[in-house]
Amino acid sequence: MNSNYHVVVIGGGSTGAALVHDLALRGLKVTLVERGELTSGTAGRHHGLLHSGGRYAVKDQESAIECIEENFILRKIAPGSFELNDGLFVAITEEDVAYKDTFLQGCAECGIPTKELTAKEALLLEPNLNPETKLAIQVPDATMDCWRLPMRFFATARQNGADIRPYTEVIGLLKQNSTVTGVHVRSHITGKEYDIKADIVVNATGAWAEKLSEMADARVPVRPTPGVLVAVYGRWNNMVLNRLNRPSDGDIIVPQRELSVIGTSSWYAPDPDRLGLPLDHVERMYERGSELVPGVKHAKMRAAWSAARPLLGEGAAATEGGRDLPRTFKCFDHKERDGVEGLVTITGGKGTTMRAMAETTADVVCDKLGVDAVCRTKDVVLLPYWAYYH
Amino acid sequence: MSNNGRPGPKTPVTLKILRYKPGSIDPPRYDTFQVDADPLMTVLDALEEIRATEDPTLAYRHSCHHASCGTCAMKVNGKDVLSCVTKVLDQKSDVIVVEPLGTMPLVADLVVDMGDFARRYEPAGLSFVRESEYLTEAQTPEGVERYTRFESCIECGICLSACPVANTNASFIGPAGLAAWYRSLQKGDGERADILAAVDSDCGVWGCHGAMECTEACPSQVQPGDLIMYLRREVVKSKLPWAH
Ligand SMILES: Cc1cc2nc3c(=O)[nH]c(=O)nc-3n(C[C@H](O)[C@H](O)[C@H](O)COP(=O)(O)OP(=O)(O)OC[C@H]3O[C@@H](n4cnc5c(N)ncnc54)[C@H](O)[C@@H]3O)c2cc1C
Ligand code: FES
Repeated sequence: MNSNYHVVVIGGGSTGAALVHDLALRGLKVTLVERGELTSGTAGRHHGLLHSGGRYAVKDQESAIECIEENFILRKIAPGSFELNDGLFVAITEEDVAYKDTFLQGCAECGIPTKELTAKEALLLEPNLNPETKLAIQVPDATMDCWRLPMRFFATARQNGADIRPYTEVIGLLKQNSTVTGVHVRSHITGKEYDIKADIVVNATGAWAEKLSEMADARVPVRPTPGVLVAVYGRWNNMVLNRLNRPSDGDIIVPQRELSVIGTSSWYAPDPDRLGLPLDHVERMYERGSELVPGVKHAKMRAAWSAARPLLGEGAAATEGGRDLPRTFKCFDHKERDGVEGLVTITGGKGTTMRAMAETTADVVCDKLGVDAVCRTKDVVLLPYWAYYH
Repeated sequence: MSNNGRPGPKTPVTLKILRYKPGSIDPPRYDTFQVDADPLMTVLDALEEIRATEDPTLAYRHSCHHASCGTCAMKVNGKDVLSCVTKVLDQKSDVIVVEPLGTMPLVADLVVDMGDFARRYEPAGLSFVRESEYLTEAQTPEGVERYTRFESCIECGICLSACPVANTNASFIGPAGLAAWYRSLQKGDGERADILAAVDSDCGVWGCHGAMECTEACPSQVQPGDLIMYLRREVVKSKLPWAH
């Protein structure tokens, strides 16, 4: 241990997983609490796409650049956690074709490698694609295992001394004047309540970040913005298929094991614990998904579910569908924002950018504590996830 | 219960859930809850609804919500299933009994200790990606040597819970573990003789009684029971000079 400081991280999603790993590698004493099973929030049930950044290359370039950088770092530190399948952005209509140059220019500006394919070439790679396909652009997307990838971060963090406590819900923050000094938790294993003291508390609760920060009279502009995903039986495609156009509903199909997952939609839900499942969104996934791969139209449904994006935004853009909100992340030091010391919030972002989110947050934490330690997570190869149970 | 944003007509159903919190709900007991089930509502959705509106202390495992991660397995009306793809109304009963998996030690409520599964499964050292075998007419794109995809086994523990042998014998490798050894053999991961030696015992292929409960219960068509029989044949063949 290179310091006696104790950091408590709230939230065991992908962000919390990467953060405890980073802090443990920097030699800090760290405890993570998660109210349910690890990755039982948004992280475990997202679309499973290791983004190349292509989706954001035109309208949200900061996010696109983060994605392509992190895409290659994750491949290096977590080999085996991805299907090596690449992705295609597919043009079906003339309107899609007209979008090509804008897309290619965006990708070039963000450093995302692309390769143009003719319709014939694309159909040779993916025979179930819409026969109307006009052309396609190949990018380094990949399928990720949303449970086992974060579990590798938890496993490695644990090996390095981090204390990971699932089924431990924060029900209050300990405060002295305007300083947060720890958390008050309830164990859903023993049913008991207790306190955990901390020098800094990090709120990594994603779409729940606002609920959490309100416990300290601090504010985070997080909009829980869910989307519907539909998994159908059959591996209809081997590569990740995206529609070559501006992001919209049902325009991605990610193959996972022997399923194909169609997503997604976007709306605003005030309570991240009660997202519901709008049937018209489920139907739209089938409809729009079958524009890319006609066969999925009658494919049998394996599951349909909702998950809440933790998007950052205030005002009008945020109350509408949320499509235009940025996918970037932000780390808030509540001392600067609300005059509350000892509390830092990290939210927004993507599963793909989990490591970068952790690095930024760990920098803020170390800075506040006066700990001089460099980030090593770009190079340390993660343990297999089963090591979590050792 | 207020409108929960879920589709379709609602049917009231009772869930009878096993509760256990060492030291406080000890011994275990059953609690009952009412939910308004719609046609798409899964047992996992119902548990989420109960936790959000009635009892925030209810503990259960879940992550992907689409039969891909393997965390949400439990017993529903006595059957080992993935709760995320088991529909409430498909149970066709007014009272649905929800209990944790068997074989693995109970931690709390519906949560079992997967360390027991890991201990039996892990020695096969199976990586979780494999070569993708589908779309035969497809070529791989330039720069991509071969497609890979995740293994079919999602390590949910259902086979271990359903297995009458594993239930009573803690050293039995169990269906998922033996199936993993079979995959390693098939993929050529490691020495053939070492793999066969690892399973040639009463804790391995000879422990299986052929009840086939595992193949019956497996949600991912891994068919562990069948693979154990293949593995037996390979073990026997390796001992017959004329069968090589
Ligand atoms: C429909 C959809 C599709 C997506 N697809 C992709 C994709 O393909 N690729 C990609 O990279 N990203 C994708 N994302 C984005 C990605 O899923 C999220 O950005 C990411 O998972 C957020 O992780 P997190 O750890 O910040 O939040 P979460 O995973 O939500 O973690 C927060 C945790 O905090 C816990 N918590 C809350 N309150 C408390 C409390 N009081 N005490 C203790 N714990 C608490 C919660 O239980 C939860 O587990 C998608 C998102 C959505 C909604
Ligand atoms: S929640 Fe992942 S398999 Fe059910």
